[in-house]
Amino acid sequence: MAHPSVDPLAADRGSNGDRRAERLLGALVAITVALVLAMIVFVLREGWPSFAHNGWSWFGGGGNVDRQTEAIFTSANFNRSWVYEFHAWPIIWGTLLVAGLAVAVSFVAALFVAVFVVEFAPDWMRFILEPVIRLLASIPSVIMGLLGVLLVVPFINDVLIDDEARRSVKYIVSLNGYSLLSGVFVLSLMVAPLMVAVFVDGLRSVPRNWLEGSLGLGINRWRTFWKIGVRTARPALVAGTVLATARALGEVVMLAMVCGGVGFAPNPKDGLIFFLEPTKPIAAAILQSAEELTSPPMRDTIFAMASILLLSSLALSLAGWAAKQPMKKYGVRA
Amino acid sequence: MSAGTEFDAPTRPVAPARTSARDSSASWRLTDRIGLALAWTLGVGFLLVTGGIVLYLMIQGVRFVKPELFVTSPSAGFSESETGGFLDPLIGTFAMVVIGMSIAFPLGLGIAVWLSEYGNPSWAARITESVIEMLAGTPSIVFALFGMLLFQSPILGFFSQSMDGVVYGRSFLVAGIMLSFIALPLIVANVREGLQAIPGHVREASYAVGKTKIATTRRVLLPAARPSVMTGAMLGVGRIIGDTAVIILLLGATLKMVPANHTPILGALQGTGSTLTSFVYQNAPTGEANQPEKAFAAAFVLLSLVLILNVAVNITVRRGRKMAWGS
Repeated sequence: MAHPSVDPLAADRGSNGDRRAERLLGALVAITVALVLAMIVFVLREGWPSFAHNGWSWFGGGGNVDRQTEAIFTSANFNRSWVYEFHAWPIIWGTLLVAGLAVAVSFVAALFVAVFVVEFAPDWMRFILEPVIRLLASIPSVIMGLLGVLLVVPFINDVLIDDEARRSVKYIVSLNGYSLLSGVFVLSLMVAPLMVAVFVDGLRSVPRNWLEGSLGLGINRWRTFWKIGVRTARPALVAGTVLATARALGEVVMLAMVCGGVGFAPNPKDGLIFFLEPTKPIAAAILQSAEELTSPPMRDTIFAMASILLLSSLALSLAGWAAKQPMKKYGVRA
Repeated sequence: MSAGTEFDAPTRPVAPARTSARDSSASWRLTDRIGLALAWTLGVGFLLVTGGIVLYLMIQGVRFVKPELFVTSPSAGFSESETGGFLDPLIGTFAMVVIGMSIAFPLGLGIAVWLSEYGNPSWAARITESVIEMLAGTPSIVFALFGMLLFQSPILGFFSQSMDGVVYGRSFLVAGIMLSFIALPLIVANVREGLQAIPGHVREASYAVGKTKIATTRRVLLPAARPSVMTGAMLGVGRIIGDTAVIILLLGATLKMVPANHTPILGALQGTGSTLTSFVYQNAPTGEANQPEKAFAAAFVLLSLVLILNVAVNITVRRGRKMAWGS
């Protein structure tokens, strides 16, 4: 320590160690932060050629995604010039559909379950429900995928899809149970517990006397809790939804297993068959093309897909941060 | 999460006339009754669905789990009897936990201590906080791709095997290092929460007897925050054993362990292999091996590990709550 310190304590040996410890910890933190920032920069940089070649049409539709990826992959062989043409709309649409529908379904379910847990469940049920919710949240996604493949997909194939449905879209896509519906169903099961956990925390932090005031005015328990409890906990609802959306966007393995892995954009004009059509969300598309990383143009395309995922998760964590600000008033860190 | 049931107690005396919600709900408006009914249905339904999932997996698992599966390696074959067991995946899962946690735990502890006790300058603390939060939200497949990018560079060739100057970039070491990123945010969040729950006078008392800040942290604060530290560590382990995307991309697609060279332990760590999750993935009907019974058996083992961790976390959290600081 070359420079003299004003702090009288700094002179003794302990403080020296103290400062060294602070520096060491600071260095650890700095390395981690630098590594994460490097990750963002590197992933974006690797994906850039794909964006640069396609421009905005990268996000547009047109052509068959699966055929495009194949063309990109094989263009690295035989010293041919590299192909970059890629129109990702089907997989973007698939991601939006699967994640959006799953989050919407589980939002409604999770809200009611959370209200039930906090306010209406008998004590013994609450005692069971809370650990059960935490357990469901921690079941590895590959196990949920296995269940989806062995239970949900056959059910959809045998019960929900009839021959007429199969015939009506025969020339476009084959229906075999691996579908948007199976993805949404299993994904809802996976994200709902996360939402319930955050919602429960938020609902519990509602000041008790606000509810008591309402009850004292003769308003019934449901209305009190719905109008005052749920409204006060709105920031927690947003935070939980953001968390669940991030999880849904990043879900890879389960979706790769149950969604069919066909780069097809489910068409809402098909009526209810829409839900039975296969799709391929971005994350699953990356996993399924992982073997093709050896081809440089394909590698760039895969990293471009990863950049989209990374940027949307960045945007989400920003949204989550913004949503959490009003919660601080109540001293809740959801 | 804190003070759940304790907080509900005061409601009851406020409305002594109502003994239970159901007694009085007959007089409620229809919409309110529908709402209450929905809450009950969904709550009970949630319980049943989760119970169903766990029971189904347990029953299927018990049917297909055989002791010899634990001691035989996977092998290529066309039937359930030919394809061997999951000894290698078990070892792989264990290795992932050891490698991942030996990086994530000290790092997470350090970051949490810095954030909670030092956090100086404050802008750096705020950046760190958001970076950690971002880390928590990043899809694991992105970590996997970044890991491949990072470890395929020749400078880091030591971590995996290389052939003719081309670095393979997939090994136990690589996968473990990238998995530590997935466990890190959980550890940081929990340790930090535990440290922040300790009232300031505890620190002041320690300073008053002449302890330095780092000594206070080590001797007073961290022991006091042990339940949170353990919770964070166990949640981190849960994340590591449950992850599949990183494993599939970074551990190579081999079910068996394939050491990179003949050096006893290092060679295996530089080589490829599998874990329980990638074993389940490969053996599911959508995977390449397609042996559902094996997949169920491995899923059962995996789920049991997760269950044990969950119970342990619950016990730790409860015990931690019991010795919580009175404010």
